[in-house]
Formats: sequence, C-alpha cells, structure tokens
Amino acid sequence: MNPEHVSSEELHAYVDNQLDAQRRIEVEAWLATHGDAARQVDDYRALQQRLHRHFDPVLAEHPGTSLPKSRAVFGLNHLLRPAMAILLMLASGLLGWSLKSADDKNVEAVAYTDLVQPAAFAHQVYSSDPNYPVEIPAIRRASLNQWVSKRMHTDLQAPDLAASGFRLIGGRLLPSTNRMAAQFMYEDTQGERLTIYIRRIAADSNSSFEYMDQDNLHIFYWINNFVGYAVVGVQPATRLIAVANAVNRLAR
Amino acid sequence: MKNHSEQVLRHIPGLRRYARALLANPDAAEDLVQETLARALGKLRLWRPGSNMRAWLFTVMHNQFVNDARRYQNRPDRMAEYCGETVSGHASSETLAHLNDIEAALQQLPEAQREVLLLVTLEGLSYTETATVLRIKKGTVMSRLHRAREHLRKVLLEPPATNVKPIRRLQ
Repeated sequence: MNPEHVSSEELHAYVDNQLDAQRRIEVEAWLATHGDAARQVDDYRALQQRLHRHFDPVLAEHPGTSLPKSRAVFGLNHLLRPAMAILLMLASGLLGWSLKSADDKNVEAVAYTDLVQPAAFAHQVYSSDPNYPVEIPAIRRASLNQWVSKRMHTDLQAPDLAASGFRLIGGRLLPSTNRMAAQFMYEDTQGERLTIYIRRIAADSNSSFEYMDQDNLHIFYWINNFVGYAVVGVQPATRLIAVANAVNRLAR
Repeated sequence: MKNHSEQVLRHIPGLRRYARALLANPDAAEDLVQETLARALGKLRLWRPGSNMRAWLFTVMHNQFVNDARRYQNRPDRMAEYCGETVSGHASSETLAHLNDIEAALQQLPEAQREVLLLVTLEGLSYTETATVLRIKKGTVMSRLHRAREHLRKVLLEPPATNVKPIRRLQ
C-alpha cells in the first residue's frame, strides 16, 4: 500500500478500526497533512458518537423486568409487550431444557409427530381451500361444538377469539396419527387464516408453551392433561401468543 | 440447547438497539425484535455451535426485516406506519415531523444503506461480518457505508445553505 495515497475506503476502515497497526500509523501521518480528509474522519466519528448517544439508552431497557413474578408459565398475558412474552418463553424454555430427562425427550418427540406435524399439515391443506375450508361453518357453532365434543370424548368448544381480532369460520374433525383431532379455523380482518388443532396426546405432560417454525408457519403448542393444543398461522408470533394464551385460559 | 438460549438472551439488547435505529416506529421495532427471537428460537437447532451467534441473529433479523418490508410494499399506508417510508423509498415529511433529527436523517436513507451504516457504526460489526449478514460483497458494504455517511454528514453536520446564501447575494 502506498503511504502517499489513502483511499476513501481506507478512511472508513480507519474510522472503524479495521486497519492493521502499520497502515493505521501511515494513515494517521497522512491525515496530518490532508485537512479535508481529516475533517471527513472527524465528521464520521462525530456521527458515530451521535448515533451511540441517541440509541445506546435502548440497551438498558429491560422489557422483561416489569413482569409480575407470580405469573406462571401459562400466565402470559396478551397485554404484555411481545418481547416480555418471548423472554418469559425463553426463561421457561431454559428451565425445561435444564431439567430434561429421557421421558421429556420422549414427550418432545411425541409432541412433534402427533401434534406439531399433523397440525401444520392440516393447516396447509384446509386453510388455503377456497371452497370447503371447514366442515361445519360458524353459523352452526352449537352443532360444531357438540359434534366435536362427542367424537373426541371430551367437552370441546371453539374458543371465542374476537378479543384477539379473529373471527371463527368453523371447524372439522380429522384423523390424526392414531387418534381423532379437531381443527377450528379463524380469520382476521385481513382474511389471513389461523387454525387451532386439538387432540389427545399419549404423554402425561403439562408442558410450557413451545414454539416452532415450519414451512413459513408459526406454531405454538403445549400439552395439558393429555390434551395437545397447537395454534398455527402465518401471523406475527406476537398475535399467535395472544391467541395461544386465550385458548389456554379457556381450556383450563 | 440451554447454552444456546442463554447466548440468545445476551444479544437481545443489541438487537433491540439496532431495530430501534432501523425503524422509525418503536412498536414496529419491538415487533421486529420479537419476531426475530421467535424465529431464532425455532431455528436454534440449526445454529452451528462455534459459529458467530451475534452475526447469525442479525442475519435472522435482516431476513425478517426484508420479509416485512416486502409484505408492506403492497400497502403504502401500512408501509409508512412500519418504517416511516413511502413506497418510493423516501420518508414523507409528515412521517418525519415527529422524529428527532438523527432519526429523520436515518429514515431518509435507503434501507440498504441504513442497514450497513447501523451494523458497522452502531453495532460494531466488521465489514466482513456485515457482508455475510446482508449477503452482499464487501465492496458493496464499503460503497453503501460511504454514501450513508456522506448523506448524514450533509444533513446533520453541514450548516443549512439557506442561512448563508442570502447574505452573499446582498454583497
């Protein structure tokens, strides 16, 4: 490199501390006799300081800390800021992972094959169907609830998600890996659909909310008293957390 | 997995700072952080131990940002709300009115330049890391960085020309 010529790129690299020590000294010497370039460097540094002064306070923000401690894993509240919810999810996930035993690993595998996979697949198949997305439409809500409850041998109601901005379209029964499953379908004001998939799971585990991304779908799932729930959609995870919360509250 | 999640936690403040500088709307910034974390957690088992977690998280965030921007492009109204920009890529004066001068200057930059500038100067990523995160060549990093800095310099550091010119004309 020519000490007599410093390129514009090298000036940036100098400001950003990305030159080796030797070249750094050469550039410094060169700057002493080149006023315009020196001012340019000073300006870049001043800009960098302003950026840091303005945005560094964000580093000290802790959206998770205002969370009431008494709230258990299921206490995720849709009014909480999304990052809090994620922090909580992470925290519960950490606990879950650190206590994981062979049994838990089995539960994880069962949850994936019997809940997450079929829920995601059923969502893809039916939510995109323009004509017959559901078997029983929302106007026959009572019949839908009755039918699903009867065939699943448990009391199941399609949750009311109006507060989260979702309108019930209807639902259907489905054969799942080795059991019956119910799928409720909802739509938001933009016409984007979301499904809730519910079925019995042969694993006694009250798991915390788990999250998975599959084929552009966001999936929140959990198991409560041998019943597995999966909330599936393309909507932002924030909205799905709110739905998962509402479903979980209603199901308990 | 446990250690990986803890590593993710450590990087949240930096992700949040970057998102806040990238987007004019703090709520949109928080959503971007949140979506990034959700995605990163979903893909955590794909992360290669020993590789750069910080750069990987910024990559996830960049992808999310690009997806969001694409989704909003068909809705000019939502786009302005999302990142203070109109479809033409330039911030409208109405959107900029409530922003601080440095925020407004950032929003005037094309997204591609804004990302490079913030990753390098605010988050301290090397040119090579920045190129990897944004999937561009190092030369492109350099040219975008140069243009972004020169724009901010002009907007934020040079005295407004209108204060000077009338006096000269009087002489």
